[in-house]
Amino acid sequence: MNDRKDIKPVFLEADKCNGCVSCMKRCPTEAIRVRDGKAAVMYERCVGCGECVNVCPTGAKRESYDKLESIAGYKYKVALPSPSLYGQFNNLTDTSYVLNGLKALGFDDVFEVAYGAELVSAATKKYLENPNTVRPVISSACSAVTNLILMRYEHLIPHLSPMKQPEVVAAKLALIEAQKRTGYARAEIGIFVITQCAAKVSKLKRGNSAKYIDRVLSNRELYFLLLDKMNKLENPEPLSKAGSLGISWGSSTGEAMGLGTENYLSADGIENVIRVLNELEHDKLTGLDFLELYACPSGCVGGSMNIENPFLARTRLRRLRKRYAPRKVEIGTASEFMRSEAYEPLNVYRLDDDRLKAMKMTMKMKAIYEKLPQTDCGACGAPRCMALAEDIVKGHDVKCKYRKGEELYDDG
Amino acid sequence: MGESIKLFYNVDGHDFVSCGQASEDVKRTLKNIGFPPEVIRRVAIAMYEGEVNMVIHAAGGVAEVEITEDAVRVALKDSGKGIADIEQAMAEGFSTAGEDIRELGFGAGMGLPNMKKYSDEMKIESTVGVGTNVYLTFYI
Repeated sequence: MNDRKDIKPVFLEADKCNGCVSCMKRCPTEAIRVRDGKAAVMYERCVGCGECVNVCPTGAKRESYDKLESIAGYKYKVALPSPSLYGQFNNLTDTSYVLNGLKALGFDDVFEVAYGAELVSAATKKYLENPNTVRPVISSACSAVTNLILMRYEHLIPHLSPMKQPEVVAAKLALIEAQKRTGYARAEIGIFVITQCAAKVSKLKRGNSAKYIDRVLSNRELYFLLLDKMNKLENPEPLSKAGSLGISWGSSTGEAMGLGTENYLSADGIENVIRVLNELEHDKLTGLDFLELYACPSGCVGGSMNIENPFLARTRLRRLRKRYAPRKVEIGTASEFMRSEAYEPLNVYRLDDDRLKAMKMTMKMKAIYEKLPQTDCGACGAPRCMALAEDIVKGHDVKCKYRKGEELYDDG
Repeated sequence: MGESIKLFYNVDGHDFVSCGQASEDVKRTLKNIGFPPEVIRRVAIAMYEGEVNMVIHAAGGVAEVEITEDAVRVALKDSGKGIADIEQAMAEGFSTAGEDIRELGFGAGMGLPNMKKYSDEMKIESTVGVGTNVYLTFYI
């Protein structure tokens, strides 16, 4: 749990932050505090949803992605574009334009994340055929949702799909292909995922994923550079391998539609996802096989590192996928595409590992809360009065703007 | 020894679409303390069912919760119309909720059965015309 502090999906350009509480109020896990007039993220609680980036009125909140210049230094570079990237371009009729554009930008080869997504779909289908599977299965595609479940809905972990993320599946295949083609050592080959998502940037470079993925770039930085290259393309080399189902993963319902069941529910936007998870928690979602949940509006096309508005991008993907047939995907077993690490609850709300001590702290926290105004104004720098009470019992030197100097902060 | 946290909630009887605030707060409190997720889920489901019941059948009530180091005790008390036949009310699928409530996905007759299923101990005291008290206990 503690090494989560090193994962920083977002960072602050402190001179731009004016200390307003917009991001703090919108954070779904109460991971932000305003301290000394600047927004500070408690990274162990950050799910990487990017809400804070989207709502920051001064542009002070930024995602931590790698820059294109980071591709220098590798002898053989492979770009792995996400399906969301295709939705950024107007009148795109063939994904080969984007893929050739990437090669023109300096990559030696391309490998579509959409292709990996199709394999994940096939494996998920098999997983759903197993009568022992805990239903509804929750998609593991959205890193922010997965993080949210590990933090706020630990008891729903058995529902989480054990499948790897499409990026990881694609990266492994891309690496094997590159090694075969070039005979280069692992360190000489650079595997670059291009994404829309702050949560994925940090997730994909950690744990087992890091074996296959070297850097994670952004749709946003590459967009204009790509557009320039794509406009100059005359006869693009046919590089597209993914079919309609893989492309569909870029927006909501895309993944679910490829599973061959009508018993799915698709929700997007972090607040809506929380509503659905609450229902599941109360055992109210019966008769469903699959939950496709995306933290961003309209799915990955709503990711904060995109250029185009999510709704237009979704429309474009819908038009684009009509030009493709579903690719025939044959896989051996589903387990080939499953994560090797089990999901671990993150227990970020636990006040102390010693339950009795945690109980005493909880009592104190509730007692402090009783004396606070309970208006959740945020002026103290915590998102709610209860969060302030929690910060106080954890030993932070913070006070309510309207209850200064009272015995409220005393011990006992 | 003997440490316990006592919590008290008024369950508003007018809005059952958004009801569940008491169970939500209890859930968060149990997370703060570090109860096992499996116990937290059982408490959350059973208590939520209890809240919904009080809203549908009794125009609200109160929830009293006592948390000790290894157990959670919940008392749900209302002054509603009471339950005439507790055994019948405990049968899965039995409900006296009206059509309007069923249309909203409530009143499926799973409230009391679920409370029994997810708790370790359950006791019901009810007098027709006076009200109902449901006591639930959960152990780690």
